[in-house]
Amino acid sequence: MTSPNNSKPLSKQAALVQKNLAKRYASERRFKAYGLASVLFGLCALLVLFVEIFGGGLGGFKTTQVALTLELDSDVLEVYDATNPDEILSGNYTGVIRNALKERFPDAAGRKEKRALYSMISVGATYDLRDQLAKDPDLLDTSIDVWVLADDDVDTYYKSLSSVPYAERMSDKQQQWVQNLIDQQEIRTIFNTRFFTGGDSSEPEMAGIRGAIMGSLLTMMVTLLLSFPVGVAAAIYLEEYAPKNRLTDFVEVNINNLAAVPSIIFGLLGLAIFINLFEMPRSIPLVGGIVLTLMTLPTIIISSRAAVKAVPPSIREAALGIGASKMQMILHHVLPLAMPGMLTGAIIGMAQALGETAPLLMIGMVAFIMDVPGAINDPATVMPVQIFLWSDSPERAFVEKTSAAIMVLLMFLMFMNAMAVLLRKRLERRW
Amino acid sequence: MESSVLVIAIFVLGIIAFVVGRSRSVAISQNVGGIRFLNSLPFYYGALTALWCAIPSFLVFAVWSLFDDTIIRSTIIATLPAEAADSVGGNLNLLFNQIYNVSVGAAGSDSAPDYMVAAAQHLHSLQAISRWALTGLVLACALSTSIVVWSKINPQLKARYQVERVFRSFLFLCSSLAILTTIGIVVSVLFESIRFFSMVSPVDFLFGLEWSPQMAIRADQEGSSGSFGAIPLFTGTLLIALIALIIAVPCGLMTAIFLSEYASSRIRDIIKPMLEVLAGIPTVVYGFFAALTVAPFIRDMGLNIGLDQWLPISSESALAAGLVMGVMIIPFVSSLSDDVINAVPQSLRDGALGLGSTRSEVIKQVVIPAALPGIVGGVLLAASRAIGETMIVVMAAGLAANLTLNPLDSVTTVTVQIVTLLVGDQEFDSPKTLAAFALGLMLFLVTLSLNYFALHIVKKYREQYD
Repeated sequence: MTSPNNSKPLSKQAALVQKNLAKRYASERRFKAYGLASVLFGLCALLVLFVEIFGGGLGGFKTTQVALTLELDSDVLEVYDATNPDEILSGNYTGVIRNALKERFPDAAGRKEKRALYSMISVGATYDLRDQLAKDPDLLDTSIDVWVLADDDVDTYYKSLSSVPYAERMSDKQQQWVQNLIDQQEIRTIFNTRFFTGGDSSEPEMAGIRGAIMGSLLTMMVTLLLSFPVGVAAAIYLEEYAPKNRLTDFVEVNINNLAAVPSIIFGLLGLAIFINLFEMPRSIPLVGGIVLTLMTLPTIIISSRAAVKAVPPSIREAALGIGASKMQMILHHVLPLAMPGMLTGAIIGMAQALGETAPLLMIGMVAFIMDVPGAINDPATVMPVQIFLWSDSPERAFVEKTSAAIMVLLMFLMFMNAMAVLLRKRLERRW
Repeated sequence: MESSVLVIAIFVLGIIAFVVGRSRSVAISQNVGGIRFLNSLPFYYGALTALWCAIPSFLVFAVWSLFDDTIIRSTIIATLPAEAADSVGGNLNLLFNQIYNVSVGAAGSDSAPDYMVAAAQHLHSLQAISRWALTGLVLACALSTSIVVWSKINPQLKARYQVERVFRSFLFLCSSLAILTTIGIVVSVLFESIRFFSMVSPVDFLFGLEWSPQMAIRADQEGSSGSFGAIPLFTGTLLIALIALIIAVPCGLMTAIFLSEYASSRIRDIIKPMLEVLAGIPTVVYGFFAALTVAPFIRDMGLNIGLDQWLPISSESALAAGLVMGVMIIPFVSSLSDDVINAVPQSLRDGALGLGSTRSEVIKQVVIPAALPGIVGGVLLAASRAIGETMIVVMAAGLAANLTLNPLDSVTTVTVQIVTLLVGDQEFDSPKTLAAFALGLMLFLVTLSLNYFALHIVKKYREQYD
């Protein structure tokens, strides 16, 4: 490119081009900047989301405990034979804990203050104490030093002390008591095992995700067992057998449309057909799994078809040429070669189903269920629905539980996606 | 026998039938000079026997299980004395449930009237008879069919041909499940909607300006016109979807352009999977994020700059839901646009570059016009996603059916209303419940037509450059 003060004068057009060039380059740069900006916007959104969830959720994996000296007096407990399960079950553990609290904080005067004092320890502490006594009957009529579970208000307040104290649900007196406990080093936070071993609870400090994880596993099991074989079979039919006719076209249009139908519509289908017409019970993983199967089937069929298509025709011809029947050709050659691609598609479909909430709300998997489900016809809830339920709860302590549950769910999803990527990398074949 | 045990029994019998059929074909082949004189491999004889053993008996089992409850129920109800039906006001379902509770010994069954105890015993005996009859029938069916096939095994039997036909029919059944699902959706949504429209006129539903289904609980309000006007829901849905698309379409399109035309392959390999993470995050997580972080942020910002003097600002705003939904759809739009941009032939680009265009001019004046149909298709698919998205709006958009275009106010959407109307116990004869199905029908029709057009456009577009 020549510069304007060159010896040779520029032609009229060239001068015009030259004049516009700066403008065009500027617009080029602007355009590129827009592109970069939108990429950065997406990445920023991802970053903010993760920081928000992970920042808020780490506390959910910890729980607050208070040290107390408990007098396991058989008269207070009304348990005289600690080997008798009935007596153990009906023991007055609340009384023991209340006595210990009165002992520890003698300054609590009046009914109101005492109630405030008692409310600082979770009801879960009584269950822990009961289990401890059942395991070790010799503890009866002795005095033990234990860490007992604090109430969620104390838990939230204590955890928030390091940054912005959240004391809306704590009276001044209660704050003094917590301060006293801190001074005596009789309050601590430890890893919250109950979060992974317990079912749902209305008390945030006792709520766990074991029930939801089991519910998700059972639902996913049903979904996988139904959708993978059916999806693979449908893909093989469409790729290997289907004649070119209107019926096949109709099937294809249906599959493509179903892949884009909103998931909540599948919930309506499940409610009207399985619950209302077939009178199957609500809230069970079996129905949830069937509904999710119908939802993920198009995804699995589409990716399985791609996998079958990727097997080169020469392999089919070779198999047929040495006398294999069509079924032998498919089962012995095409299917094994297409399997990695199909599995990848299945894992991605499963990840989609694992995160799905809306259709499961329709078929009643939002019920409050404390027990951990053990079979596909036990009432259950699943992880995303549990997250939805907790995020709806008014207690502030559930916010960090929700974030913690989201972290667990995201871990599962990342694990599944990583597996899909790995599988594709390991088993991918180039022809 | 329990039904699960019975299914396992059928399965085990099938395996036994396979072994027996296979060994019989091998034994027969010894008489004619080895298995190469058989029409098919021994495996196929075994498979044929197993299929004949399992499939008919399983069909018997399925049909029986489908109808036995209904038959038992009607038998019991037919034998009840007349006063029984009067005691529950003619509600036979309720009556049968009471009898069932008595029969399983639920709480309060001691005080049940005599006729109910008798009916419960009758129910018990009928259930036992049904179970044993089913067991006998299934086992007899499995044995007889497999014996017939077993006796027919001979070197001329075309076992392989028959097995392959069954295999093919099975594959066909699986692929036709997609049609069945569509039919199931249409039937389930349509029937309940028709019942709804017999109570509430479609005109009121489609053009009414007031949505307050809660009022229908009161007897004097039931089915009253005016409370099921869905216009506020439609505008709310469109408002949120529009906000989402305003975020997602430019962002997704520019992301796709940047990654496919400008970014080096190393950067692309890093950034693309990161953006795909956005697509893999469950919607309930986005909903939590929108409700907990974005909505309060927007409200505080609106209050800080004093917008509340002119506009009502709500803590659950359409803007928050739309914004987060837009972020969710970005990877969807960008991967669809990526596909269509890559489908534009390189020769068009080379031609434009050869004429001296800058890269952005090539993109703006050649690639995008050429890819426009595909991009429009992608936008339509994204719109259908935004309209059907549920969890984000349930958690962040609120329940108030305001007829407003103010993005800072709380609006409700079709999907939110479906969820609120159907979560919990429902009665399938109140317009409140049925309204959800009518909304579902609207949602299905709109998304279906959007998808259909979008897929059609994309397909036509692909063929253009193939």
